[in-house]
Formats: sequence, C-alpha cells, structure tokens
Amino acid sequence: MSEVIDRPLRDDEKPAGTRLRIVDCDVHPSLHSLDDLNEFLPKRWQQHLREYGSHLRTPYLFTTPYPRSSPLIARRDAWPPTGGPPGSDLTFMQKQHLDPLDVEFGILQVLDLFIFSQQNLEFGAAIQRAINDWQLAFWSHRDPRLKASILVGQDGVDLAIAEIERCAKIGEYIQINVSPRANEPLGRRRYWPIYERAEALDLPLGIHVGGYGGHAPTGGGWPSYYVEEHQSNAHTIAAQLASLVIEGVPERFPKLKIVFIEGGFGWIPSAVWRMDQHFERFRSEVPHLKRKPSEYVREHFWFTTQPIDEPDEARHLRALIEWVGVDRLLFSSDYPHWDFDDPRFAFKTPLTEAERKKIFSSNARAVYKF
Amino acid sequence: MARHIVARTTEIPPGGNKVVDIAGRDIVVFHVNGEFFALLNRCPHEGAPLEKAACVARLTSPEPGVYERSRVGEMLRCPWHGWEFDMRNGQSWFDPKRVKIRSYPVAVERGEELQKGPYVAETFAVHVEDSYVIVEV
Repeated sequence: MSEVIDRPLRDDEKPAGTRLRIVDCDVHPSLHSLDDLNEFLPKRWQQHLREYGSHLRTPYLFTTPYPRSSPLIARRDAWPPTGGPPGSDLTFMQKQHLDPLDVEFGILQVLDLFIFSQQNLEFGAAIQRAINDWQLAFWSHRDPRLKASILVGQDGVDLAIAEIERCAKIGEYIQINVSPRANEPLGRRRYWPIYERAEALDLPLGIHVGGYGGHAPTGGGWPSYYVEEHQSNAHTIAAQLASLVIEGVPERFPKLKIVFIEGGFGWIPSAVWRMDQHFERFRSEVPHLKRKPSEYVREHFWFTTQPIDEPDEARHLRALIEWVGVDRLLFSSDYPHWDFDDPRFAFKTPLTEAERKKIFSSNARAVYKF
Repeated sequence: MARHIVARTTEIPPGGNKVVDIAGRDIVVFHVNGEFFALLNRCPHEGAPLEKAACVARLTSPEPGVYERSRVGEMLRCPWHGWEFDMRNGQSWFDPKRVKIRSYPVAVERGEELQKGPYVAETFAVHVEDSYVIVEV
C-alpha cells in the first residue's frame, strides 16, 4: 500500500467546510472475477456466460472497444495491491476512499457485464439477479455504509417487475436502476409498469449515464474520439430528461423520484429553459402535461454532481448551481474511475455551510431516506 | 533553501520515482532518461498523488492523423483526470500560465563530494563511491 494512502490527512487537506460526513451517490464496485457470481447464477447461465458471453446491442465485440483514457477507465492509483480490477477489493476501497473521505453512505453502481445492454433478455435477467445478490453479499453486508440498487433491464418489462418484487421483499435496496440507453426513449409507455412499481414501493429510479445501447451515442452517429463520445453523455441524458417529462411520466406518477447519475449538471438550465419555451408554443400537442416542464423537473428529478463542469470563472459555476437548484444536487465521486471527483476540491466555487450540507449529505438523505 | 539528500541514484530506477517527506512536504522525485526531477506530490487540480502519474511523451500533431512524439517520459499525466505537466518545471501543457505543479531544484553529487561538505546525513550509510540525489527545498 502506498504511503500516500496510508498517511493521515493533513489539516490543510481538510478545509473546515468539508469536514462533514458525506453521501457519495456513485461508487463503482467491480467483480474480482466472473467466478464471484457462481453462487448466485444458475449452472445453466454460468455455462452460457462461459460459452457465449455477452450478446450486446453495439457494433463492437466489447462495449469498451479501447482503454478510454485509462485501462478500465480507472484512476491509476486505484488498482488494489492484492490484484484484481479497481473497485474489486473492499478493504482497499475502505482505506483509499470511504474512510479518508468520511463517506457515511456510498451508493453502489454496478457496470460489470453490461447488464443493461444484454440482447438475450433471459440471460440479462439472470445476471441482473446475480449482481443484485452479489451487491448485498460482497458489499452491503460486509460494509453497511454501502447501499445496493435493484438493477433491471427495462426492455424485458415482465422480468424486470419480477426482479423488483423479489428484491423489494428483501428490503435492503435503496433504488431501482434502469438503463440510460434502452431500446426506446425512457418516457415510452412500454416502460411505465417499472415506474409504477418504483412509485408504489417509494424507491427512487436511478439512471446512471454511460455505456452503449443499440443506437449511436450521439444524435449524429458514432463519434471518432473518446473525448467526443464522453461529451455525448450530457446530451444523451438531456434527451432522456425530455422524454420522461414530455411523455408524461411525472404527470402520471406524481410521487416518482428520478435520479440522473454521472450526467453532470451544466446542461440542465438550457435544456429546461428550452422545454418550457417549447411547451408554451406547442402545448396543444401534449395536453396530458398540466404544468410547465421545469416544474416537473424541480419536483421529480435530482442530479449527481460528477463530472462537474469547470468554467474559467468560479462565479459561473456558482450561478449554474443556483440555476439548477441547490436542492437538486447530490454529491457523487465516481470512485474509482478516472474522472473521479474529490469532495474536498471538486467544487471550485465558494458554497455556504448550509449549501454544502445539502449537496454533500442532506439532499441524498432525503431522496434515499437514510 | 536547504539541501536534502533524498536517495542514492541507484535507488530510483529509470522511469520510476520515490516519494520523500521534506520538511512536512510530500515530494516525489522522478528518474527519467538519466535525469532527476522533484515535484510536489499532488496535482494542483484535485490533489491526486503524482507518484502514480504516467510518465508520457509530449505528443504533437501538425495535422489530423499525423502524430509526433518527443521528450519521451518527460511529461507527467495525472493519475486521475489526465492533466499533463512538464516534469522539468511543473508547468501544465494546456494552460502553462495558470496551472503548474510546484517543482524543486535537483542535483546529483558524488558521495565523496558530499562527505567533504556540510551535507552528510548521519542516518545514511555513506559510501564514497556512490552518487546521491539532492533536492533543494
């Protein structure tokens, strides 16, 4: 283990304003190896995984066709000394991340096996079940700070509902995660049974941006560069926000809470202003909407902070936070990925103590009822 | 500035680094192409430990599709967000006027020279035939 990780934090690394217990809404655990899943995956699907692997909706053999900035898109200092990929060693995660940054709760976001993009829906459901069980056995039960989500693929709606019911009975999961890139825009009626269950169970719907669906990640096609593709996360999630709002999901499910994860928040003001402007002009096309889109956004949606846009002038970030709403933002680090945000240094603009408390803790505590 | 003996030259392999604590400062000493460079061990952006940085080349492109590498191993790439810095002076590649890592003068001196001067550290087993890396802080 390196000296940097082992050494205690110096006082100058703990500005008074950040010395509060934080909720980190985006922590990525990884499988140490596929064998981790054996105890949760029926033999039939273990064999399938070995013989056929993933059958995805992308034109690539794997959904990470190149290292994407760094191997496994990870921080170079996050590879556990015990071997295995970043995020696969709980002890190392505790020592490098949870303990020094005073994480009171960390919400797990599993990306392994491209759960949401499996074409074989039954195989997809089997690994979703296995990963949901693995989150408890390997993480939450070993460190109660770490909270698990019910991962379901919304394109097999009946399978998703069955899995939601199974996990809800266990009672330990804090949200329902669906794909940011399903076969159709997320507001479509075919996905509503999932939203209905989320509302009835009072579990927020988590949508972690990234990965690939069957469509090009930009409206214009497949990008040439990773920097270009990474940029597309913001417009993908903006399109999904518009779909959910304009197809009437919050209108239909008035108690549903939706959290957009890893989409950042710099794009929100213009997306919402434009929706409101269009709503004034074209409201006769969508008479099912009773209120302005911005009102639905301000009541139903929350956004995790990472990656934080970094304008040259701090006051612009300050204005952005105010426009989006201090009540709408949930801190997230994205540990152990390369674009990790350190809660002590990520916000390059002054925040009051009250604002800090909301963004780093109390907003998430309210949404997830910790 | 005081001079601090931080390592034997053989202790830091080419392409490797050593982290030292000098007067409470976490400083990382890199060995690249026979030269040594000392920098504060934290990225000015969000504080990532630079001992885990990649030592990369300077990559330039006169036009799309044509790439040129120079100064191989002399550019630091932060282990988190990939910000690039010049190891010689800590300046950032993308915004040299505003963003830089604190850097420190480094010298390599033979043990026999050190023994004559005032810089003998009693805790070091000084062999006069060796060379030592010295950082000025």
